[in-house]
Amino acid sequence: MRIVVLVKPVPDPGEERLGADGRLDRTVSAVINGNDEYVLEAALQLLDANGGDVTLLSMAPAGITDPIRKALAMGATRAVLVSDPALAGACAWSTAQVLAAALQTLEYDLVLVGADTSDGGGGVVGAAVATLLHHPYLSHARKIEPFEGGVRVERLSASGHDVLEAALPAVVGGTQLLGEPRYPTLRGIMGARSKEIAIRTLAEIGLADRAVGGAHATTTLLDARPPASRGSTRVVRGADPAAAAAAIVDFLVERRAI
Amino acid sequence: MGGIWVVGEVDGDGALTKLSCEAATASRLLGEAAMLDVRGVVVAAEPDAAAASMTAFLPVVIAVPAPEALERPAAAVVAARVAALAGAAAEPPAYVVVGATPDGRDLAGALAALLGVGILVGATGLAWADAADGLPAGPRVEMQPFGGRVVTTSAFTGERGIILLRPNMVAAEPLAALGRVEAAATQEIVDPAPVRVVERVVTQSTGPAIEDARVIVAGGRGVGGPDGFSGLADLAGLLGGAVGATRAAVDAGWVDYAIQIGQTGKTVKPAVYLAFGVSGAIQHKVGMQTSEIIVAVNRDPDAPIGEFADLFVVADLAAVVPALASALRARAG
Repeated sequence: MRIVVLVKPVPDPGEERLGADGRLDRTVSAVINGNDEYVLEAALQLLDANGGDVTLLSMAPAGITDPIRKALAMGATRAVLVSDPALAGACAWSTAQVLAAALQTLEYDLVLVGADTSDGGGGVVGAAVATLLHHPYLSHARKIEPFEGGVRVERLSASGHDVLEAALPAVVGGTQLLGEPRYPTLRGIMGARSKEIAIRTLAEIGLADRAVGGAHATTTLLDARPPASRGSTRVVRGADPAAAAAAIVDFLVERRAI
Repeated sequence: MGGIWVVGEVDGDGALTKLSCEAATASRLLGEAAMLDVRGVVVAAEPDAAAASMTAFLPVVIAVPAPEALERPAAAVVAARVAALAGAAAEPPAYVVVGATPDGRDLAGALAALLGVGILVGATGLAWADAADGLPAGPRVEMQPFGGRVVTTSAFTGERGIILLRPNMVAAEPLAALGRVEAAATQEIVDPAPVRVVERVVTQSTGPAIEDARVIVAGGRGVGGPDGFSGLADLAGLLGGAVGATRAAVDAGWVDYAIQIGQTGKTVKPAVYLAFGVSGAIQHKVGMQTSEIIVAVNRDPDAPIGEFADLFVVADLAAVVPALASALRARAG
């Protein structure tokens, strides 16, 4: 089975900040987006069980290869990085068009995408990519099981889960419940050094003349400011349980919360 | 210019969700400021009841039947019908507002691809602004990215777009008089690639959804096990709230992933967040730090949550939880 995993390098969670240009500051150390690691793990388990290959597909500045190299060390076969100066400041709609166009240059049965990204992403790109390619989209997966010609997914719902099936090729969005991502082994790390990270420009994926990238962004940031201060913390120490409980009730009453 | 459409979401019983009422109210207020027409759209196997509920908030709601064996159509099926409705409308919508639920995100992504427009995700506030600084008149959308460490205002560069609105940002306010339901004209639908629903498995009762809850009683590793969480459920019941958890508690198998708050779980913004045995690691903090009031109970005086809680009680939660339950019962009389 040929699987493509969409991975996004994101700033280390908790370290994100905006640059003076209002764009995400990419100088902060980058990691693979948390939810993308879960779908990568699912892809690697399918690879272990059924053979085939796992291609990482990412859109990021060409300098950000450390997270991609780590994903290769976990066991992915190769990586394709769409990188073009014109893409700086790209919006979600541009991103979806770029990933869809890049997918059309690859051969695959299944595309996996994380449920959302930690750097403010809204979890909308997977659905947009699937729609552009007219593939079925099965999101919020906690289990992914391929069968002959199709894929079966357990999708989380408000009250449990739905069992869904669709024909391949399909796009599946996954969650943390797919399983803890593996750590790269020493052998994996050594092996990843010689694996290919193919850099592709917009022209190379057939989008040279299309309205994508920062200059055609559909959305723009106007203002960023710190949140209103929370004020100081009131600390209660050494109270017996009844007094601690009373302190909580009093506080909630004082703040008109109950 | 086209108006604003709000897509209502139905729950498993075919009823309109609370967030849909909030989104309808927020859109109506935006439309009043912009002097734009606002209408609701409900796509469901039997859309009439939910559409009628939505007329409490909007003058016109369009009911669109979806062919679906099960009551709740998939987001892609809804998106195809909203796009067809927009394509056939004399005035297609300029802006589409959708609630930021899992299905709402799928819908927004699919609809963006069908309409070729941008999306602003996770709106915490909406305002209308006149044309200025090279931008057309349009919605100015407040968001709180990076777990609320920064507050931003964004806009669409053109006169179209999709907005995903977070829960609990706007109180639903009904109109003085009910609006009316309009049946959608027969549509030419380009159906999405099919996804078959084999089975719907119900494993948990649906209490108040954690994203909608006004009060959240959350537990972490310090709660110690499932028994500890039943104490928190007791408190949540007394406060009319929902139980939440950290990833550590979910990984330990004490509670379901559905109630996990944080980086790879839910992002919440309740009026009151009561945290028991929660250390306040960054992965959890990003999911809850914009809560209006944060009260933390932790045995460890150095727990990071003590740095951003409004009230920090250094105590053993095993004793405080039942004491707090008694105090709340006594207060309720």
